[in-house]
Amino acid sequence: MNVYQRILALLVVVCALAAAPARAQLEITVTGGDIGALPIAIVPFAQVPGLPTDLAQVIDNDLARSGRFRTMPRAEMRQRPSELASFDAAPWRAQGFDNVVIGKVWDDGKGGFVVRFFLLDSLSGKQVIAYDYPIKSASQARYAAHWIADKIYEQLLGIPGYFNTKIAYVAAKGLGFQRTYQLVIADSDGENPQYPINSRETIMSPAWSPDRKQIALVGYERGRSAIYLYSTETGRVQKLISEKGINGSPAWSPDGTKLAFVLSFEINPDIYVMDLATKQRKRLTDHYAIDTEPAWSPDGSKILFTSDRGGKPQVYEMSANGGEPRRLTFQGSQNSRPSYSPDGKSILYVTTDGGQRIAVQDLASGAVRYLSSGPLDEGPSFAPGGAVIIYSSQGPRGRQLETVSVDGRVRLTMRQAGGDVQEPSWSPLMR
Amino acid sequence: MIKNKLLLSLTVASMLTLGACASKGDKTASTPPPSTPSSAYSDTSGTGNQLGDEDARTAAERALSNNLVYFDYDSSAIKPEYASVVGAYAKYLTANPVAKVRIEGHTDERGTREYNIGLGERRANAVKDALTAQGVTSAQISVISYGEERPVAEGHDESAWSQNRRAQIIRQ
Repeated sequence: MNVYQRILALLVVVCALAAAPARAQLEITVTGGDIGALPIAIVPFAQVPGLPTDLAQVIDNDLARSGRFRTMPRAEMRQRPSELASFDAAPWRAQGFDNVVIGKVWDDGKGGFVVRFFLLDSLSGKQVIAYDYPIKSASQARYAAHWIADKIYEQLLGIPGYFNTKIAYVAAKGLGFQRTYQLVIADSDGENPQYPINSRETIMSPAWSPDRKQIALVGYERGRSAIYLYSTETGRVQKLISEKGINGSPAWSPDGTKLAFVLSFEINPDIYVMDLATKQRKRLTDHYAIDTEPAWSPDGSKILFTSDRGGKPQVYEMSANGGEPRRLTFQGSQNSRPSYSPDGKSILYVTTDGGQRIAVQDLASGAVRYLSSGPLDEGPSFAPGGAVIIYSSQGPRGRQLETVSVDGRVRLTMRQAGGDVQEPSWSPLMR
Repeated sequence: MIKNKLLLSLTVASMLTLGACASKGDKTASTPPPSTPSSAYSDTSGTGNQLGDEDARTAAERALSNNLVYFDYDSSAIKPEYASVVGAYAKYLTANPVAKVRIEGHTDERGTREYNIGLGERRANAVKDALTAQGVTSAQISVISYGEERPVAEGHDESAWSQNRRAQIIRQ
């Protein structure tokens, strides 16, 4: 959003010297399969007292939670350099940490700060990348840290990092018609939650537009539902569709020009697509079953959806122009709420096979893997880049958000005291 | 935040006023004629002399106070034990052609949310179909699904789920 743009606009690269080609890229295969976690040490930055955020810890958390990095515990660090001049590669190399991040933060004398970091290679002893990142105030420190984590991730893995992103989700509490709802937008690690929409009626199914400027969502008002567009830039909420009956499941096409959704006014729930510029609407399914939860393929040519046309809800795929759907799921009595992985090679959905849990299915082989243990997991989606999945589970004190690395190894739980948090939607990357 | 909340209400308000032109098909956003429940009830109470108007009203009210139909898991079939609930409302609505009801469909928390919106609508429509089969005109009935979004019972077991799988008939 604006904050990012301002920060990015301020970005100054001071060390273009980092001519050393990304050595790590040669060692790491990022095209599918199981990738070993890369050891990296994030040394605490030397920081001025005016900046309370522990930047190295934010970077460390981002990288560790991705499942692609193994970060060095601080207790094992024998030295804590913050300057290139005081960096001695040998001990890091001896401890098996080929990648070391050091940094410092100083006051710019104008109320802001400058964050300088180096990514160092302890085998060669050379710097791989280094940046100065100016921030206007201490409140922007976390964004600087996420930005640095993105840079390191991209440098070492060859794919863009996803930490400087947002998560939208729904928070709800109370029972029956006392239940209240909020749309929440937080940083990718759950920090800095903002509550742009509060309602005494149901809010559902938030979905980021590909340019991150809008969130489509379902709202209820006076006994009717509607699909709304919330602008992350202006804060405005605009009603897009409100037919009799169901107005649900908004899903943006990858190019952001169309919205797929569900309406039931022509008797029962079917999937429609609207061209957002012309507002022309086309019905894609026409079946007496419940057809719902559409999701676009990354190239925009296909749409996944849930249908109980076979008796129980299962996942189907059809052309984005409609036509005969093809059933994709056969394991488990119910499978629903599908979405494609960013590379389009697998699909993610909720299955009832062994409790209600999250499954990922390889499209070529049909092989199914389970990423959670249930019993009431739902609403899965991939983070940009596809390394991590976010979903909602039933925790001891209400629904909570969980992220899991795609290999199932690293998990993170996010809760909100005194209520449920559900239906997470991960924002796309800033382009 | 407050500004946004107001904006949401405003856009909805404008939607409601425009609704009559925008909505398709047979159902226009008509305003209900001015009638009070008590005037509507006097129709049903005029059948016998054994009971006074007050008693008859009370009896009718009692019959209508039971307005919940519960369902089996992933099912929208109305079980025989709820025939009396539907029957009482069918009687009331056929005797009072100006009366209107809203049927709200709900599910338990199992299954995915938007699928449950579909299932809740299917349950509400099952009650609507049962009413129209007994002579109620469909213009007297509106249907809304809340899926799993409005649970009345906490807990994550069958005793909570069975209370949440419901359709509720609400007089307008």
